[in-house]
Amino acid sequence: MGSCGGEQEMKPDSSEPEADRPDVRDCPPPGSSAGAGDHPTPKLLLHDLLDVSSALNEAAGAIVDDSFTRCFKSNTPEPWNWNIYLFPLWCFGVLVRYLILFPARVIILAMGHIIFFSSFFSVHFLLQRQRVLRGKIQRFLAELLCCFYVASWTGVIKYHGPLPSLRPNQVFVANHTSMIDFIILEQVTPFAIIMQKHPGWVGVLQNFIMETVGGICFNRGEAKDREVVGEKLKNHVQGSDNNPLLIFPEGTCVNNQYSVMFKKGAFELDCAVCPVAIKYNKIFVDAFWNSKKQSFTKHLVRLMTSWAVVCDVWYLEPQTRRPDETAIEFSERVRDIICARAGLKKVPWDGYLKHSRPGPKLRERKQQSYAESFLQLLEK
Amino acid sequence: MGNASSMLTQYDIEEVQDHCNNLFSQQEIVSLYERFCQLDRNAKGFISADEFLSVPEFAMNPLSQRLLKMVDGLNFKDFVAFLSAFSAKASKRQKIELIFKVYDTDCNGKVSFNDILEVLRDLSGPFMSDEQREQVLVQVLKEAGYTKESYLLLDDFIKVFGNSDLKMEVEVPID
Repeated sequence: MGSCGGEQEMKPDSSEPEADRPDVRDCPPPGSSAGAGDHPTPKLLLHDLLDVSSALNEAAGAIVDDSFTRCFKSNTPEPWNWNIYLFPLWCFGVLVRYLILFPARVIILAMGHIIFFSSFFSVHFLLQRQRVLRGKIQRFLAELLCCFYVASWTGVIKYHGPLPSLRPNQVFVANHTSMIDFIILEQVTPFAIIMQKHPGWVGVLQNFIMETVGGICFNRGEAKDREVVGEKLKNHVQGSDNNPLLIFPEGTCVNNQYSVMFKKGAFELDCAVCPVAIKYNKIFVDAFWNSKKQSFTKHLVRLMTSWAVVCDVWYLEPQTRRPDETAIEFSERVRDIICARAGLKKVPWDGYLKHSRPGPKLRERKQQSYAESFLQLLEK
Repeated sequence: MGNASSMLTQYDIEEVQDHCNNLFSQQEIVSLYERFCQLDRNAKGFISADEFLSVPEFAMNPLSQRLLKMVDGLNFKDFVAFLSAFSAKASKRQKIELIFKVYDTDCNGKVSFNDILEVLRDLSGPFMSDEQREQVLVQVLKEAGYTKESYLLLDDFIKVFGNSDLKMEVEVPID
């Protein structure tokens, strides 16, 4: 996918509430605070030069609170059970959830897998000649498996808006909270998916699903992969037999309250971009998958021991890139639409910063403004 | 982590408050403790340089490397003490002392020409040449009555920042 568009991060967005706006705007350079020209004391210049308070202030502000970390903070539910009336109720609930719901759900999921794999392989070997039919059946099986998954956490999912139609030259982009986003969307429409390779049993399952619905796997870290993926994307979108492509342009799971920068890859394809907004109701469980803290298995167990996963999905109006728009501007416009619908706050950060350190670009912006103000001092 | 605040007793909080000269309220200490635990991902009792740098807003600060030397490996009490200079209640002298410490990396109580030059290098990066930086500094020092050889002491800093407002205030979010 596209490189981390550093040029994008600096854009202050006036629509954000003040508290959530990260301190990426340029700090007032040291010379600007005191209109250096009309002050009589010469010491003022030295003062301007030595005054590092704005940089210090920003650093301390980032230590105390920063919008990037907020994006990936799991929300622990408020305890409500510390009350003599509610506590027995809560205990009863725990018993029901862990001793009745959870085993039942494990059985459902196991059944789902047995049905999926047995039919998958029998179809695979019996219908080796009839590729079209085989593909159709396997596609159906993948959707079925997703239904089993959704049932395993009693997904209460409301789909709003017209369901996606299968036709070429469109990509679907959605905000990303957990891998279950994909399952929820796949349940209704056979999307092809572009996703990060996962290790373990998830990876194995991923390969099967990929084979049936089509899709592209890649490794975030590898720059080479990005180019290859870009090529594959283009080919996939133009192919008329392919399932519509679903992309999570954030490239990482965010806690469903914020939205990080969209990677521009999906917006460079010269085709319609259909935004999908996904909003989870945190009433029973927080669906955010904090992949650094939790394996996907644990995440699933957490969902399966909750009462239900409540979620709204909106299929929004397809957007096309305007002739005067860059891919980045286009991606921001689509992000606005999704954020407005799902009630997410925008932050300008690249989600990949979760895995790597920021490049020198942003720091250099700040250094440049300092350098300019120092050079002004020199001219006087 | 949600219960982090419950791990602090009133006694602990008072001890920390004492350590930072009561510049933070109890609620602020609790919030800072939650933040400390959040940043201290491996729960070692201190925040490592790498953990600080995982905050992009901090990592991209031109002074981040310099500040890291000051905050690396601080326990919670010293972490709060460091941040207390940014409290709205902190005295101007305390703020100036912190700025002085940024320059005085070897902690010998005086700031040399080269010390200042290094900070300037951090601040302006590749956008100024070494000659330009030296030129600016020599000129500015001269106008203020110092020479290239003179050392600046904390008192000089207090004099320099004497009648100006330092905008060093960070609000601790309380939820």
